[in-house]
Amino acid sequence: MNQADVIVGIGGAAGDGVASAGNTLAVSVARHGQAVFAYNSYQSVIRGGHSWLRLRISDKKPLNHGDQVDALIALNQDTLDRHLQELKAGGLALFNAGKLKLRYEPPKGVQLCPLPVSELTPAYAELPIMQNTVAVGAAIRLMGLDFTGLESVLQSTFAKKPQVVEMNVAAAKAGYDYAAAHFQPLSKQLQKTSQKWALMTGNELMAMGAAFAGCKFYCAYPMSPATHILEWFAGHARELGICVRQVEDEISVINMSIGAGHMGVRSMCATSGGGLALMTEAIGMAGMIETPVVVVNVMRAGPSTGVPTKTEQADLNQAFGASQGDFPRIVIAPLSMSDCFKTPALAFNLAERYQCPVIILADLLLCEDNETVDPAVLNVEFKIDRGEIITEANAQVGGEPYLRYKNTPSGISPRAIPGLPGHLYVSGSDEHDEDGVLISDVFTDPVRRKKMVDKRARKMDTVLDHVPAPKLEGPAGAEVTLVGWGSTWGVIVEAVERLNQEGVSANHLQINLLVPFHVKEVTDILSKSRRTVIVENNFSGQFARHLRAETGLVATGHIRKYDGEPFEPKHVVAGVKDILAGKSVVQVLSTEPGWQTDHPTGTSGDWSRRLAGAAVRSA
Amino acid sequence: MATVVVPQKMTMKDFKPEVAPDWCPGCGDFGVLNALFQACAEIDLPPRDLLVVSGIGCSSNLPGFFRAYGVHSLHGRALPFATGAKLANHAMTVIATGGDGDGYGIGLNHFIQAMRRNINVTYIVMNNEIYGLTTGQVSPTSETGMKTKTTPHGNLEGMLNPMALALASGCGYIARGYSGQPKHLMKLYVDGIRHPGFALIDVFSPCVTFNKVQTYDWFRKRIYKLEDTDHDSANFHGAMEKALEWGEKIPIGLFYRNPNPPPSLDAQDPGLQSGVLVRQPLGMTKEQRGKCIGEFM
Repeated sequence: MNQADVIVGIGGAAGDGVASAGNTLAVSVARHGQAVFAYNSYQSVIRGGHSWLRLRISDKKPLNHGDQVDALIALNQDTLDRHLQELKAGGLALFNAGKLKLRYEPPKGVQLCPLPVSELTPAYAELPIMQNTVAVGAAIRLMGLDFTGLESVLQSTFAKKPQVVEMNVAAAKAGYDYAAAHFQPLSKQLQKTSQKWALMTGNELMAMGAAFAGCKFYCAYPMSPATHILEWFAGHARELGICVRQVEDEISVINMSIGAGHMGVRSMCATSGGGLALMTEAIGMAGMIETPVVVVNVMRAGPSTGVPTKTEQADLNQAFGASQGDFPRIVIAPLSMSDCFKTPALAFNLAERYQCPVIILADLLLCEDNETVDPAVLNVEFKIDRGEIITEANAQVGGEPYLRYKNTPSGISPRAIPGLPGHLYVSGSDEHDEDGVLISDVFTDPVRRKKMVDKRARKMDTVLDHVPAPKLEGPAGAEVTLVGWGSTWGVIVEAVERLNQEGVSANHLQINLLVPFHVKEVTDILSKSRRTVIVENNFSGQFARHLRAETGLVATGHIRKYDGEPFEPKHVVAGVKDILAGKSVVQVLSTEPGWQTDHPTGTSGDWSRRLAGAAVRSA
Repeated sequence: MATVVVPQKMTMKDFKPEVAPDWCPGCGDFGVLNALFQACAEIDLPPRDLLVVSGIGCSSNLPGFFRAYGVHSLHGRALPFATGAKLANHAMTVIATGGDGDGYGIGLNHFIQAMRRNINVTYIVMNNEIYGLTTGQVSPTSETGMKTKTTPHGNLEGMLNPMALALASGCGYIARGYSGQPKHLMKLYVDGIRHPGFALIDVFSPCVTFNKVQTYDWFRKRIYKLEDTDHDSANFHGAMEKALEWGEKIPIGLFYRNPNPPPSLDAQDPGLQSGVLVRQPLGMTKEQRGKCIGEFM
């Protein structure tokens, strides 16, 4: 891909306002018609630590956060020290001249942009956070955009406080004007376009997508990185008529969700891996009593409490194995933030059609980060398929006695919504017969037990007809086929483009339906591939094992990452080259070239070699 | 010609299914079930408007022996299931049932939260002070010192006091019945079901097979009815005093009824203000969608 885009890196400690500065900048450029993809690498602290937010801005929608920095906004000394070396010729670094010192020589061709913040905004003396507003104003100018977008964002952000609007607009304008007068514009300049964008996180897209698809009951226990789904729902419960509850634990969450689903509403809950662990027994109950329910797992790095603010794709085995026993379940992994919006609608339709639990496996990268989405794509009426359901509209009273778990050829038993006359039934988490009467204890009967297991299992026979099979993207007959699942799609697309530009012919296949699996289609594609390389964000290759179990196919190579940070295109490009050179497993590590070994927060990567040429300017 | 529907008063028979209970002969749960048939007939509740949710255990088999919509859910999880169900369709009457192990052991957190949450669900706990279905292990309500299969040298732990816990947790209707006195028990059910919020009815329901201490005889000698005393069920502190009474004399009856009950959760939830959730149309209007999207632009 031509890097016709600008990547802005904003760094600081928690509490320095990294996220809000990033948000202001992102919304501002979006109002100029620029598309954004933002990834914030942050820590589970409220104050301190290091947050590093990268905003990739382009007139062509970026699919990932990229792997370089063009403009650095350093909100603290640590950020300047760590990240200055990542800038390339033509790039620039903005920082508060009154607060930060240049401790290392910048790379050649990098423009230093010290801002005399205290002179530019008198409010700084009382409010140190004003340095962010000045820096964002300057960045907007240096990227070639006019002031109107930022001004309108500041006006809407502080709409209820006119004085705060005035103060912020003045500070931003001072930064903007100062940059115009004193610095060279960035070598890459952004252009205004007429495209309208909504700037949203995957969590917000997931919540909104679920609401638009008819979700009427949502409950959760706060758990990063899924909490914002709950917050969006809570904020919209009244106006949209959705019952939204925060409850005592994930055991209660899933049992309430199933209770609501049982009564006939579309019901969803979300958590991360630890919460899913608590939910597993009840997920099996949903399978047994054939209640539709949608469970979202926004994966973070595990196991145990793990790395709560970092991303990983290591809960695949957990989703496959959630609950004891055999029962039908569906597992879907959205491929992009936009896909997060559409996936709940698919999940609800499948859950209701097949009367079973559906697990959505998203991850922190998809769900916590911001992306611009075309609002026209969002304002859609989803097709709602409630499956074989009996309501007041189609209930027939009299005739044959109603059998809730009727043994039908499809395995799907028409589901009466409780409250109807003539359709009384009991649902049991014990094994039961077609009429719902338990057969688990005194009436145990091998023939009936097998009949009921078969009935439920048979429901899965037609799921694949309702979900499009994955398709090979890129040139046919390529030297190497990359295979990924879920959130890695946006990185792999760009890596494949770069590989082709660099003379390595590559194509790729991305899987979003994990259970059941498109065995035939995937086998057809991959058995023709010359080499397959599986890219996944975990240590053990959980997907590689799944692919092998389902298709018997063994990949040529594996690119794996489990350091908490997401893949970047360069990691995949380098990994493929290593595999073509003979390696079978490439383990990728994110590094920060500016990170010093004597840094108080630790060390990472090979920064010392890269820093060797940079002389310390002042002690 | 229009059909004229003559309303018929419900009788016990309307709630009796074909499946007969498989409890041990003499089990206290028979009395619990019969009193519930009578209470539902008394309230004149059509079975289609009633959902009975249980957990797991001998007593949790009750929904299978009751003609209404029923769910036999997971061990300890009757209350969250019932809460979700009530929120989804608050026009239905929801009764949760279970035993002491189910509600006061594995499900204790949900019990406290449900009372604090004040969901309009009636919770009937068949308290036999033992684990019956697993054939006789110690329970949270087993007396200290009690010998069971898992406490061969006597129970070292204290007894959970559901009455006091319910008072402390904000429960607005707290009663204790005895399965040997079904008429009294029925009255407690009727008032509990009519209470506009969470109601607890703990029922002494002897396990004739595995609890050889708390027998019918044991209870008969000790229990007395609060209704026969000058106990004021509107007095929280008086109720707490009665809740702590245990030994030679054990009170049954209505311990506490909040004289000014706050609205229940289902009556207040912002998402339920347009009516019963399950009757609402699915999806959003174009305008609603546009407004949601506009917040991000």
